[in-house]
Amino acid sequence: MTQVYKSKSLATLSSNKAVAKAVGQLDVDVIAAYPITPQTTIVEELAQMVANGEVKAQYIHVESEHSALSAVVGASIAGARTFTATSSQGLELMHEILHITSGLRLPVVMAVPTRALSAPISIWNDHSDIMNARDTGWIIYFVSSAQEAYDTVIQAYRLAEDREVLLPTIVSYDGFLMSHTYEPVVIESSEDVIEFSPKTWKGYIEEGAVAIGTLASPDYYYEFKYQQVEAMKNALRKAEIIDRDFYKKFGRKYGLVETYRTEDSEIDLLVTGSIWSSLKLAIDKARSDGLRIGGLRLRLYRPLPIDEIEKILAGKEVLVVIDKAISYGLRVAGPLANEIYTNLQSPVKIKSVVAGIGQRTVTHEDLYKVILHVYKNKDSPGFTKHTLFYGVRGVEFDG
Amino acid sequence: MKSRESLPSWYELPIGGISRPNITPESKAGWRFEKPVIDNEKCIRCRLCFLYCPDAAIVESDEKYTTKTGKTYNVSYKINYYFCKGCGICAEECPVKAITMVPEV
Amino acid sequence: MLSLTVNIRIPRTVWDLPREDYFVGGHNLCAGCTAGTIVRNLLKVAGPNTIVVNATGCLEVSTSLFPFTSWKVPWIHIAFENAAAVASGVEAAIKVLKEKGKIDPNKKINIIAIGGDGGTFDIGLQALSGMLERGHNVLYVVYDNEAYMNTGIQRSGATPYKAWTTTTPVGTIMRGEWRDKKDIIGIALAHKVPYIATANPAFLLDMDKKFAKALQIDGPSLIHVLMACTTGWRFDPKLGIKISKLAVETAVWVNLEYNYGKLEVTTPVPKRKHVREYLKLQGRYSHLTEEEINDIQERINRKVEEINRAVGKEVIGPLA
Repeated sequence: MTQVYKSKSLATLSSNKAVAKAVGQLDVDVIAAYPITPQTTIVEELAQMVANGEVKAQYIHVESEHSALSAVVGASIAGARTFTATSSQGLELMHEILHITSGLRLPVVMAVPTRALSAPISIWNDHSDIMNARDTGWIIYFVSSAQEAYDTVIQAYRLAEDREVLLPTIVSYDGFLMSHTYEPVVIESSEDVIEFSPKTWKGYIEEGAVAIGTLASPDYYYEFKYQQVEAMKNALRKAEIIDRDFYKKFGRKYGLVETYRTEDSEIDLLVTGSIWSSLKLAIDKARSDGLRIGGLRLRLYRPLPIDEIEKILAGKEVLVVIDKAISYGLRVAGPLANEIYTNLQSPVKIKSVVAGIGQRTVTHEDLYKVILHVYKNKDSPGFTKHTLFYGVRGVEFDG
Repeated sequence: MKSRESLPSWYELPIGGISRPNITPESKAGWRFEKPVIDNEKCIRCRLCFLYCPDAAIVESDEKYTTKTGKTYNVSYKINYYFCKGCGICAEECPVKAITMVPEV
Repeated sequence: MLSLTVNIRIPRTVWDLPREDYFVGGHNLCAGCTAGTIVRNLLKVAGPNTIVVNATGCLEVSTSLFPFTSWKVPWIHIAFENAAAVASGVEAAIKVLKEKGKIDPNKKINIIAIGGDGGTFDIGLQALSGMLERGHNVLYVVYDNEAYMNTGIQRSGATPYKAWTTTTPVGTIMRGEWRDKKDIIGIALAHKVPYIATANPAFLLDMDKKFAKALQIDGPSLIHVLMACTTGWRFDPKLGIKISKLAVETAVWVNLEYNYGKLEVTTPVPKRKHVREYLKLQGRYSHLTEEEINDIQERINRKVEEINRAVGKEVIGPLA
């Protein structure tokens, strides 16, 4: 089944397969990945595409995730366009190389269908694995549909390989909830895809002798790390431009923060990933009760588009951040809630809600209950500083 | 000793700590307490000292040399004292003991 | 395929080695460190069209202090345990970029992974196994100084019997390392690697020939080189090559090669020296009693018997 996409077509794909399609169309050179649930179908699809001759790439059957990212780093240094994918324990195993990849400024793109971390072992979805990669210097996208996964991978290569950015990029989405569920996806023509994200990365060894991965003494190390700070600032600027250019070429737009009914809301809820569709239903229900509720979906997580979030939250009373991960030992235990609260300069109150841990089901009815709970208690003292762990048996919830 | 303030700024440095071999490293002469001296008369141009030196501190050149006994060689060896650490491997391995280690004054 | 490998010539005399150095002076290796000798010769054989992947260790740290570098070829250091994995990635990238016409398909590019004994026998074993098993066209050179020297002479899987290290020290109850060296050659053999060899810088031409042969192979190869360490083994810096030679003359180290599984001992030793000659020069063995030295000699005798049996003739002779 050799398919070369000469023009737009419609397909039924899971987020995993959509990512694989995009990577294949982007003329990836080297793929190195180690199997882990729920990422396996990405690399299986890519392997099939290589076997059919659809994609001309070297597929390295590495013996661990650590070696997967190491091989991809080596290939990227040599000038190849690379791809890898992992999740949960695999992401943890390759952790030291995450820092090295961004320190060496390599435009690697990695897909992470998020999954809960051991122990106890869980193959089901939550965001704890991606939260552990926060400070690695990678650009991190959260997508919420298969179409968005396909589109964001295309944008990610262009962003990562941009001369002023040169930072590795993660495109992450909910494992199982999205990686294995099928949605209609518009596939663009391969020519258009490559035209949008041409292969501008030439590697480091083209010009001859060079030492990569040197030892930096205290006299130099800080400056190299600061370069990454500045690159992240550039990435924030460029991500927006690239998204706009994508809209111009392909007609689909996402922005860095998606909003729903926030023009006149008093209380906003912020989420990432596939829970967005449930949130919109809950908001509609609350609105029909007369409550002024709005929703935000964070798409670009690192660098954090805090200015945009601040603008949206101007004049709002409460921001409820729903996290699918836990920062143990903190009063505000949701990592996303923590970060937004610390980075915001506006006086809005933040309420941290932790839900969906280990893929504990969260329906739009649950979210509606949370909205009512927040609306009822928002003025009680100490309410906003206390994290609501929603859905745990044994933890009191009045709502 | 350069002060840290006079070193390049973050925007002047190459990204990612990449370095190229076009900057001469600092001299290692201060490491020595004795240095090798080659006796061109005794040297039989076996090439061993040149190949053994861990610091590439022995330089081979196409300089012709005729010994006092009339033997002509087409190559000669010189020590690069900028890089020589005075380890003594060359003197130890020379098959004709043409290299002697003399104290570094 | 064969046309890609003709650029590497096997040297027949020391004069076949080019004058040009691709590993230059000014690095921070200890005075008298034989790693310098080994790598200089390796790059003389390999030439400028080489990419070196270096694991963390003495060699990496001493030769790459920003903004200096001693390497006149592209050199990559990523982490401690993944030299083989990174080299696999580089090799795959070169392969596919040649297929796609981004690199001249007729250009022979050597990919050499260099790791110390720690970064290969222990922490790097998984990546090495993966690379060897997948059959990448990479030469893996292990420079073996028999301990984790860079971090301060701690014991590694390659530390030999009775050697002092800081984590197998000599005290009233324990007398240095009590286990034998890990057999990396056996591990490579289990992976059916086409070319496996052991080498020694004191035998320059033999070592350089092996580098050349390995680089000619289109597939993985492993060369295990003895690296006498003046700081960790505790000897005068000038004795590095002499001790390396004694290692072969006492059969503590055997220079051999497995060419597609066929064993050959490339440095036969007609009359062996007593291991005492090798041990007495090194401070790390200064605690040995006469009994312990004889014990070590016995173990060597047994090893020599095994090798002679495997080869089919007496390549290593009796004690002189």
